[in-house]
Amino acid sequence: MGQKTLGPVRRSFAPWLDPQAKPLIRFENVTKRFGDFVAVDDLSIDIYEREFFALLGPSGCGKTTLLRMLAGFETPTEGRILLDGKDVSRVPPYRRPVNMMFQSYALFPHMSVEANIAFGLKQDGMPKADIAARVEEMLKLVKLEQFAKRRPHQLSGGQRQRVALARSLAKRPRVLLLDEPLGALDKKLREATQFELTDLQQELGMTFVIVTHDQEEAMTVADRIAVMDHGKMVQVATPSEIYEQPASRYVADFIGDINMIEGRIEASGEGRTRFRSEALGLTADVLDATPIGVGETSWLAIRPEKVSVSHEPPADTSVNAVEGEVWDIGYLGDVSIYHVRLAGGKTIKATRANVTRLIERPITWDDKVWLSWSPDAALVLAA
Amino acid sequence: MRKGPSWFNVVSITLGFVFLYLPILLLVVYSFNESRLVTVWAGFSTKWYGEMLRNQALMDAAWVTVRVALLSASVATVLGTLGAVTLTRFGRFPGRTMFSGMIYAPLVMPDVILGLSLLLMFVAVGLDRGFWTVVLAHTTFTMCYVAVVVQSRLVAFDRDLEEAAMDLGCPPMKTFFLITLPIILPAVVAGWMLAFTLSLDDLVIASFATGPGATTLPMKIYSQVRLGVTPEINAVSTVLIVIVTIGVIIASVTTKRQEVARQKAERMAAAAP
Ligand SMILES: Nc1ncnc2c1ncn2[C@@H]1O[C@H](COP(=O)(O)OP(=O)(O)O)[C@@H](O)[C@H]1O
Ligand SMILES: [Mg+2]
Repeated sequence: MGQKTLGPVRRSFAPWLDPQAKPLIRFENVTKRFGDFVAVDDLSIDIYEREFFALLGPSGCGKTTLLRMLAGFETPTEGRILLDGKDVSRVPPYRRPVNMMFQSYALFPHMSVEANIAFGLKQDGMPKADIAARVEEMLKLVKLEQFAKRRPHQLSGGQRQRVALARSLAKRPRVLLLDEPLGALDKKLREATQFELTDLQQELGMTFVIVTHDQEEAMTVADRIAVMDHGKMVQVATPSEIYEQPASRYVADFIGDINMIEGRIEASGEGRTRFRSEALGLTADVLDATPIGVGETSWLAIRPEKVSVSHEPPADTSVNAVEGEVWDIGYLGDVSIYHVRLAGGKTIKATRANVTRLIERPITWDDKVWLSWSPDAALVLAA
Repeated sequence: MRKGPSWFNVVSITLGFVFLYLPILLLVVYSFNESRLVTVWAGFSTKWYGEMLRNQALMDAAWVTVRVALLSASVATVLGTLGAVTLTRFGRFPGRTMFSGMIYAPLVMPDVILGLSLLLMFVAVGLDRGFWTVVLAHTTFTMCYVAVVVQSRLVAFDRDLEEAAMDLGCPPMKTFFLITLPIILPAVVAGWMLAFTLSLDDLVIASFATGPGATTLPMKIYSQVRLGVTPEINAVSTVLIVIVTIGVIIASVTTKRQEVARQKAERMAAAAP
């Protein structure tokens, strides 16, 4: 089986849509309390074989606790964790077919790179020759062949990270758990490693569960993302669903940049919703039916890259358009962010790709501009 | 600004060192004295070292001391290490704070009181005093020092390492021997050395705990000095000083070397791509 066949297979990979599919990992109403403090709150998820699953959320929301319960370092206060259909909630870590890559790497300082990678295999009583072969294979996989005899403190941060990865992969676990695996690397190295991780996961056909607080990282690597907030699961979906159809204002805010405008539903039905903000004198048509009742408070959410800025008014200024003044411009190189102040005092962000090399931009500070967007660019959120 | 130490620094350091080392230096010098009179120099000689070796009572005492020190330091290291692990590891259990406070008590308790209480206990349980009671007494008081040394290393120990080992299939007991112990070994060895030297030169506690036929070297030296200092005693003391000095130098050089090697390796690793 070459890597070539994996591409197309990958694109149609969505076991969570198949009601027949059996999950590899199932959290069933899992709650974890430390004293009075609820770290994980009545949480259920299914994770499927060969999935790259990301747990995303701000620091302290319970991601690591969830991962540690899967690894066996914490036992759930309530609920069950099933692995391959068997309840493993009370199985100690050294008897679980699950391996973890630690945030601190946790490399054994008194052992060589080789011995670190071989450690888990030795515990299984694997024959010596097989261990040597597997260690070599792992070193090759992470491109550290010439560092086999070194001690961890003789390696750079990036190299240590790869040793930790090789060590946790060596036993071919059913699931690999990664707790902020790239947190200690600098930005460039982190981005390169993200792609290496996804390649590796596809090549090995393994199930990866990664914890991160970096939304870009989660979007890059994961098949599905679970967004967490205070120990609760807020949304579980693919990266594009999370980005384009966030379930709540919390998710929308956490993932990327978004403009949020408060208002009311004016009309709804036949796959369309009309939204009105009196304060800004803004009416919007959204190509989406909403369960929110007419007249109820709601928020229009629209990503900056979906708002266009121009000097000329759009053809129809009565809907999906609003006038304002350029308040500030953030130049990021590839794009510029326009902060446009509306009449009501609200600022809307709009990004424009810098498609020419002109330093002088056609739209500049204090210009009167029109913001407009198409009906399928925005969405309406209840809370 | 002028670099280097001021005259005040020079004087205070000189005075300090003189105060500390002059008596020891005198002792060493007089151990090579030809004369039987301790305070009158009569030329260089190593004859007192020969005398020392021929003095059966002194040699017996030295042998007892070494056996007591080896035994009690080893037992104290095992117990002290276990105690330190328990106190740092097993989370909160009833009375944990009291126990961790109590482990420091023998460090500040006067030796006389410690010795007396041990004696009372030995009498109360009807233990015949002798070699084994000295070992027991020394184990008891040196154990606390070991526990304190090991504990200070354990608090800085990265628990992730143990969890990583267990995650890779290693049960807890095996993890302790394969991961924890090798990493804290320098502290354990330092604890052992400390216990060994403490036992080697203890006089007070040993005097309380001992019985017939178990005279340690410090006890022997002390009883002889009361009858007058002989160059023989100076010779024994010099040997003791040499042993302790060599031990301390070896311990500090090895730890220093490890540290330097590690720092060098880390600098090289940081420079690597
Ligand atoms: N062993 C523990 N005892 C008490 N509180 C804990 C323990 N482990 C984690 N917590 C608390 O649980 C919360 C969630 O922690 P964690 O899962 O590490 O969050 P995250 O990984 O999302 O940053 C934090 O507020 C943390 O203080
Ligand atoms: Mg964490």
